[in-house]
Amino acid sequence: MSFTAVFVSAIALFIVGAVIIGNAFLAASLTEIKDKVDVNVYFLTTASEADILNLKKRLDSLPEIKSVEYVNREEALRRFVARNSGNSLLLQSLEELGENPLGATFNIKANEPGQYASIADFLDKGTKVTMDQSEPSIIDRVNYSDNKIVIERLKALLAGADKLGFAIGLTLIIMAALVTASTIRLAIYNFRQEISVMRLVGAGNNFIRGPFIISGTLYGLMGAILAGILLYPASFWVTVATATFFGGIDLTIYYVSNLGQIFMVLLLSGILLGMVSSYLAVRRYLSI
Amino acid sequence: MFTFDKVSKIYPNTSTALSEVSFKVKPKEFISFVGHSGAGKTTLLKMILAEEYPSAGEVLFENINIHKIRRDLIPEYRRRIGTIFQDFRLLPAKTAYENVAFAMEVAGKADDVIESDVPEVLELVGLADKMWNFPHQLSGGEQQRVAIARAIINQPDVLVADEPTGNLDPINTYDIVQILKKINDLGTTVILATHNKGVVDFLGRRVITMEKGRVLRDDLTGKYSL
Repeated sequence: MSFTAVFVSAIALFIVGAVIIGNAFLAASLTEIKDKVDVNVYFLTTASEADILNLKKRLDSLPEIKSVEYVNREEALRRFVARNSGNSLLLQSLEELGENPLGATFNIKANEPGQYASIADFLDKGTKVTMDQSEPSIIDRVNYSDNKIVIERLKALLAGADKLGFAIGLTLIIMAALVTASTIRLAIYNFRQEISVMRLVGAGNNFIRGPFIISGTLYGLMGAILAGILLYPASFWVTVATATFFGGIDLTIYYVSNLGQIFMVLLLSGILLGMVSSYLAVRRYLSI
Repeated sequence: MFTFDKVSKIYPNTSTALSEVSFKVKPKEFISFVGHSGAGKTTLLKMILAEEYPSAGEVLFENINIHKIRRDLIPEYRRRIGTIFQDFRLLPAKTAYENVAFAMEVAGKADDVIESDVPEVLELVGLADKMWNFPHQLSGGEQQRVAIARAIINQPDVLVADEPTGNLDPINTYDIVQILKKINDLGTTVILATHNKGVVDFLGRRVITMEKGRVLRDDLTGKYSL
């Protein structure tokens, strides 16, 4: 019984599991962000409420627009404070500032996803038309294109994380295989007397090799079970730690609801890992 | 039963263990190999067990070349040969009973056969009362008897004994030789390597005398003479 082999297999398989869950996590956040595509209009802090409400009325009349949510400056500040309630440094500096640095915003949703580009386009032009040419625009920025970059970045991140996870997973799997193999090698050495007696009395090759391959397989199996157990608190911790960035995707729930599948993958790779590495060790170190 | 045809064994460092050894072993024979240490007795026995391969010549067992048996069929061949050694080679963590039973388990025998055969064989070698003792609780002679029981439990055609009395006092030696004789009388070929003059003279069977890897003499009712 070797705890080292079990633990190293567990770590390797844990990483494999983490890559699976992490991928699902990133894919989920991608769809979530895609769902969340909207046009945010940030007004200048100097914009008057009358101008803003005037614009809202005009926007509401457009057929493409499903809804316009108006968040005034006070509401924006309140939301900001609520979202960063854990960040005392930020709140402190906000207090230091004395005045509300946030402008009012519009959150515009279109009837169809394809219409966002034209809405954003309209806002860029439309505001200039309504405003007196000598007056500066009341709109600070329209963030439709920002989301596009986020989506692109997330896609790239997903592909990158895939590759990185695969590389780390593979390295650790190889390490675990080597540790398992050397554990089996040690076991073969410890049992050399029994093995020589087995040969003496004419034991078949499989009879001699079998127990070593079975114990190697068990190491992989136990490693997989351990990794499966460890993934639960780990996914919980990651969910808590990333809740401020990615609200809404609960990894623990994802893990639990896909437990069967993930566990099956871990179990199969664990068994395969143990079997292959002990088979190689037996082939190499157990002369029949 | 066994035919050695001009068998030579030359180790890589150019030392010659056997050179052009030829002889035949008939079924149910009791044959002894004598000679000084390094005369090639052990190498010869290892070839019978397919542990060593000849550099030249061939070893036949019932007209099959031992050294051309497929690797995965060698265990099956070895089950037809029982072996005992000077150092007994018992498993220290197993009792006398378990050591003998182990050989049957390895051969894939059924549990009820094991339970009936093992006590029988231990009785044959005179160890019925010490069946449940561990090797360290047995004397050298008793340990060798356990080893003999293990060697014959699967009813081999041949019993190969490499200096079985090398670690024993004269009385135990006599006992072991008596047992070997008994086994031979029951129809098993016995191939014995020894340098004990008393044993060979007592047996009065065929003796092959070896020196420096060569067969010096082959006497049908031999005496130990070197």
